[in-house]
Amino acid sequence: MTHAIEIRDLHKHFGQNEVLRGIDMTVEPGQVVCVIGPSGSGKSTLLRCVNLLEEPTRGKVFVDGVEVNDPDADIDAVRRRIGMVFQQFNLFPHMTALQNVMIAQQRVLKRGKRDAEKIARENLEKVGVGEKCDSFPIQLSGGQQQRVAIARALAMDPGLMLFDEPTSALDPELVGDVLAVMRKLAEEGMTMLVVTHEMGFARQVADRVVFMDGGVIVEDGPPAQVIGDPQHERTRTFLERVLHPEE
Amino acid sequence: MADQPKAAEPAKRRLSPRKRQRIFRGVQYAILVAALVALALYADWASLAQNFARLDIAELMLPDLFTVALLNTMVYAVGGFLFSFVFGLIVALMRLSPVGPYRWLATLYIEIFRGVPALLVFLMIVFLPLALPGFAVPFGTYGQAILGLGLVGTAYQAEIFRAGLQAVPRGQTEAARSLGMSATRAQFTVVVPQAIRIVIPPTTNQFVALLKDSSLVLFLGVSGQYVDLTKFGNDMASTHANATPILVAGLTYLIVTVPLGYLAGRLEKRKGTSR
Ligand SMILES: Nc1ncnc2c1ncn2[C@@H]1O[C@H](COP(=O)(O)OP(=O)(O)O)[C@@H](O)[C@H]1O
Ligand SMILES: [Mg+2]
Repeated sequence: MTHAIEIRDLHKHFGQNEVLRGIDMTVEPGQVVCVIGPSGSGKSTLLRCVNLLEEPTRGKVFVDGVEVNDPDADIDAVRRRIGMVFQQFNLFPHMTALQNVMIAQQRVLKRGKRDAEKIARENLEKVGVGEKCDSFPIQLSGGQQQRVAIARALAMDPGLMLFDEPTSALDPELVGDVLAVMRKLAEEGMTMLVVTHEMGFARQVADRVVFMDGGVIVEDGPPAQVIGDPQHERTRTFLERVLHPEE
Repeated sequence: MADQPKAAEPAKRRLSPRKRQRIFRGVQYAILVAALVALALYADWASLAQNFARLDIAELMLPDLFTVALLNTMVYAVGGFLFSFVFGLIVALMRLSPVGPYRWLATLYIEIFRGVPALLVFLMIVFLPLALPGFAVPFGTYGQAILGLGLVGTAYQAEIFRAGLQAVPRGQTEAARSLGMSATRAQFTVVVPQAIRIVIPPTTNQFVALLKDSSLVLFLGVSGQYVDLTKFGNDMASTHANATPILVAGLTYLIVTVPLGYLAGRLEKRKGTSR
C-alpha cells in the first residue's frame, strides 16, 4: 500500500541556513500525525515542502505515491488533493465566507455555481459556522475565520490535510472550537499532518507524535511514548517548557 | 551630557512653551491682518474686476464651456485613464514577473515615461507621422490625446499597481496555490482584486493628474470641436483681450478636481479603518 506521505532524506536550505537536515518520515492513510518542536525548528518548512510551497533543496517527498518535486508532476493537481490550513487563516478578505469556500471549487474543480454553493454550505455547516455564510472575514472572530478556512480546504475533497499551528493565532477561549472540528475530522478518518503546540490534542487524537529540533526529527512514536515517556533530553526540556510555561 | 540640564537652568525665567506658542500664533494673525489690509488698500479692484471677472464675457462662454470644452477634457482624461489603467496593470505585472526581460522592459518603460516631461511625449506624437510615413494615430485628435496621456499615465499607474500588488500579503497567494489554483489564476482571482481596492485612492489622484495634463493637447494644435478647457479659455481670452475666460476655465477644472481630491482622501481614510 502506498503511504499518504513519504519523506526521504529531505533537506532545505534558505541561503546558508540549513533549516531541514535530512528528514525521513511517513504518514499512512487515515493517520493523524502531530509535529511538535520549538519555534524555528523547521516544522512549517517541513509542512510547506509537502505541498511544495517550499521547494526542497534535496531529497524526495511523495504524496499518494506521486513525487511532488518531480519536474513532470502536475503540482496543481497534487495540491488539489492536499488541504492546507495556515496559522494566519489567509482567508480571501474581499470575499464572503461562502465565496471563500466556493471560489476554488468553481475555478479549479469546475463545479457549477449551484453545486459549489451546496457543498460550501454543507462544509460551513459542518465546521459550525453555517450562519456566517454571508459575513466577510473581517466580521468574524479568529476561531470562526479558521473554521471557514478549514471548510474551504474540505470543500475540495482533499485526501490529506496539513495544519500549520491552526490555533496559535487564536484567543485561548476560541481554541477549543477549532480543535473540536479537527478532532471530528480525525474521527472521520481524514489523514492529517498537524503542527501544533496543543499537547492535549496531540495526546488524545494523534496516532503518532514527531518531535523536531534543529531541522531533524529527534523522536517519532505514539503520543504515550513521545509525550508521556520521552527518551531524549531535548524532548523532555521542550515538553517541560510547553506543559509548565509558568515555571 | 551632564551639563545639558544646567544649560537649561536659566530657562526658568523664559516663557513657558505654551505661552510662547500663544504669542507666536498672535503674531501669525497680525501678519495676516496686515497683509489683508495692504491688499484692500493698494490693489486696484476696479482694474482687477475689469480683467478677471467680466460676467458678460463669462456668459459668452456658455454653453460651449461645458458642452464642448469640459466634455473634451473629460474625454481626453477618461480615455487616457482607461488606457493607463489597462496597460498600467500589464506593465506592473511585467515589473513583478519572474522572467527577467519582462522586468527590465517594464522598468525601462516606467523610467522613461516618468522621467521625461509629458509635453515632450505630446510633441513626439505630433512628429510621429514624420518618423513613420503613412502612419496616423487612429481617431485623430482624440486618439493622439488619449495616446499621449495614456503613455505617460501607464508609467505612473504601473507604479501604483506594483505597490498595490506588493501590499497583498504572500499568504493570499499561498492559500490560493494550496487550493490548486495556477499562479496566473491565483494572481487574477485573489491578488489583483485586492490590489485594485488598495490602489483606488492613489488612482483617483492619478486621474486628477491626467485631467490636468490633458491641457497639453494645446500642443497637438487642437481647434474647433476638439478644444479642451484650457485651449478654450485661452482662445476666448485672446478674442476678447480679457483674462476672465482663463479664470472661468480654471474654476471649471476645480469643479471636477476638488471633489475627486476629497473622494480620494475619504477612501484613503476608510481604508485605514477597515483594515
Ligand atoms: N522563506 C524563508 N526564507 C528564509 N528563511 C526562512 C524562510 N522560511 C523560514 N525560514 C527560516 O527557517 C527556520 C525554520 O522556520 P520554520 O520552518 O518556520 O520553523 P517553525 O515552523 O518550526 O517555527 C527559521 O530560522 C526561519 O527563519
Ligand atoms: Mg511555524
